[in-house]
Amino acid sequence: MTEPIPVHTTPGNKMIITMGLVASICGVLIVGAYESTQDAIANNKRIMVERAVFKVLPGAAKVNEYVATPSGIQPLTGNVPEGGMKFYAAYDQAGALKGIAAEAAGKGYADIVRVLYGYDTQCQCIIGIGVVSMRETPGIGDKIITDPAFLKNFEALDVRVNTEMTALANAVKVVKHGSKQNAWEIDAIAGATVTSKAVGRGINESAQKLMPLLVPHIAELKP
Amino acid sequence: MNESLSQIFIATLLTNNFVLAMFLGLCPFLGVSGRLGTALPMGIATTFVMLVASLCAYGLNLLLSAFHLDFLRLISYIVVIASSVQLVEMVMKKYSPALFRALGIYLPLITTNCAVLGVALFQTARDYNFSQSLAFSLGGGAGFTLALVLMASLRERLQLANVPTLVQGTALSLILAGLLSLTFMGFAGLGGGE
Amino acid sequence: MSANKPVDESITFDTFMEGVWRQNPVFVMVLGMCPTLAVTVSAVNAVSMGLATLFVLVSSCFLVSLIRNLVPKEVRIATYIVIIATFVTLVDYIIQAVSLSLYEALGAFIQLIVVNCIILGRAEAHASKNPPLKAVVNALGMGIGFTIGLLALGATREILGAGKLFGFSLFGEHFQPWVVMVLPPGGFFVLGGWLLLFSFMRSRSEKGVAHE
Repeated sequence: MTEPIPVHTTPGNKMIITMGLVASICGVLIVGAYESTQDAIANNKRIMVERAVFKVLPGAAKVNEYVATPSGIQPLTGNVPEGGMKFYAAYDQAGALKGIAAEAAGKGYADIVRVLYGYDTQCQCIIGIGVVSMRETPGIGDKIITDPAFLKNFEALDVRVNTEMTALANAVKVVKHGSKQNAWEIDAIAGATVTSKAVGRGINESAQKLMPLLVPHIAELKP
Repeated sequence: MNESLSQIFIATLLTNNFVLAMFLGLCPFLGVSGRLGTALPMGIATTFVMLVASLCAYGLNLLLSAFHLDFLRLISYIVVIASSVQLVEMVMKKYSPALFRALGIYLPLITTNCAVLGVALFQTARDYNFSQSLAFSLGGGAGFTLALVLMASLRERLQLANVPTLVQGTALSLILAGLLSLTFMGFAGLGGGE
Repeated sequence: MSANKPVDESITFDTFMEGVWRQNPVFVMVLGMCPTLAVTVSAVNAVSMGLATLFVLVSSCFLVSLIRNLVPKEVRIATYIVIIATFVTLVDYIIQAVSLSLYEALGAFIQLIVVNCIILGRAEAHASKNPPLKAVVNALGMGIGFTIGLLALGATREILGAGKLFGFSLFGEHFQPWVVMVLPPGGFFVLGGWLLLFSFMRSRSEKGVAHE
């Protein structure tokens, strides 16, 4: 490494040696950082999931990740398989099943709106939602988390499955502001219809897929 | 949720325009948008590089996730994109000198354009499949070209206007870009709604 | 290392202040615009982004300066990019470990620090020609200048667009936020406004000199 560099040209092997040296230093640094932060990151992610789930399922104290597939439900290990759907089972202090939480996404005004909804197994209804990510216009689109009238829709939103266990008995529908009549309808926010519809459509899509897979096996989740 | 290809294309072209809504590729946007004559080839060259980068990133991501080497993603993206652009440049120089003369001078500049790396990173973050990635990179490139051409046309017109010396230069370009960005906000909601 | 050029080695106050004021990356050189505009919707985001960039800038300048005599000219840019990407990956993991909500707020822009022209520019123009200590001092100045620039933008946008600063409400209940300021166009407008202010100040001081 110390020999004088010839004028204008550098031999190829010197370039390769230098690049290799730099690359290995960098590799060691990256792997070191990855290894040392791995636990903290996993912990942070768990806390974040728990916090989000506890918000939509009040009273929950413990969260487990599951995946629902046409062949049944099992605890999630690794990636979600093709055709499967991830959901969270929440338990209270005593270990009893408190409810189910799952993610829903719909195309909103600016970008995709992602929400987490909490499902109560007794009433077969959605009892709370929380926003995971969105880029809607502040002051208009973000009413979906602040508007109490809109959130009232999600105190008992009906998502019962039909008797054949193939789909929801009544599809979740977003209706014009002030015209909600049935328990499966969502009263849109006046002036933020697109965002309201994104939430409604996302929940419908997600529940249509998850509930028929989940409901026949719900007893397996009870400890 | 599965986005359709046209949804992705429209979204990256207009609603989530790379330059005006996501602030990617601002350096060339402000630097090369002085004349319409250079803006268009620059835009086309960038679109081309984005396409190459998107393909590379898609392949690399498959490889990296197969071996669980996610922590090497950033470093390998940037190195592979930079070297593949160099390779494309050499091939182009050899087999299509006319095209090289038109785009060649812009290619090395584009490698470190954040819009290019942005395409690669965003498509990975959003889990796009192969055709979705293609639509995303084409839409992003077209959006970049559109923003660049619009800006260049505006600035060419502006040269005829009597602007106070104080405002001239970058400050004026930025305010112009702000107005353009405001206009593009009107596209929000396209593809959403019903 | 180069004893025949002792003048270059001395670290003056200007080595540091160059980046903070005279060559401020945000307001004077208008470099590294993508993160400047994208993440400055709030003061907290702006400061975190500034500090992340500062870290990458200082550590990569240090490493580049350390190996500056070993790296052949032909592969120097490639080497710098690899070094910078390494430190960005490091920062990426550190931020994830510290706060996931911050990580989500900054999004892909942490990884996009790699292509921030300030860092490659400093590595190439300064760190590759100067001893480690001087390179670090200069990079520190640049990074602080960048952070100050981001903070100025972030604070302005947060105050106007949300009526808050660092998350604390400033104006009470009846403030109607100027929402467009936290949206993309606001980023352009606020930076344009700051640049206008600086060019106004410069023209004032030039006039003052001319009168004397």
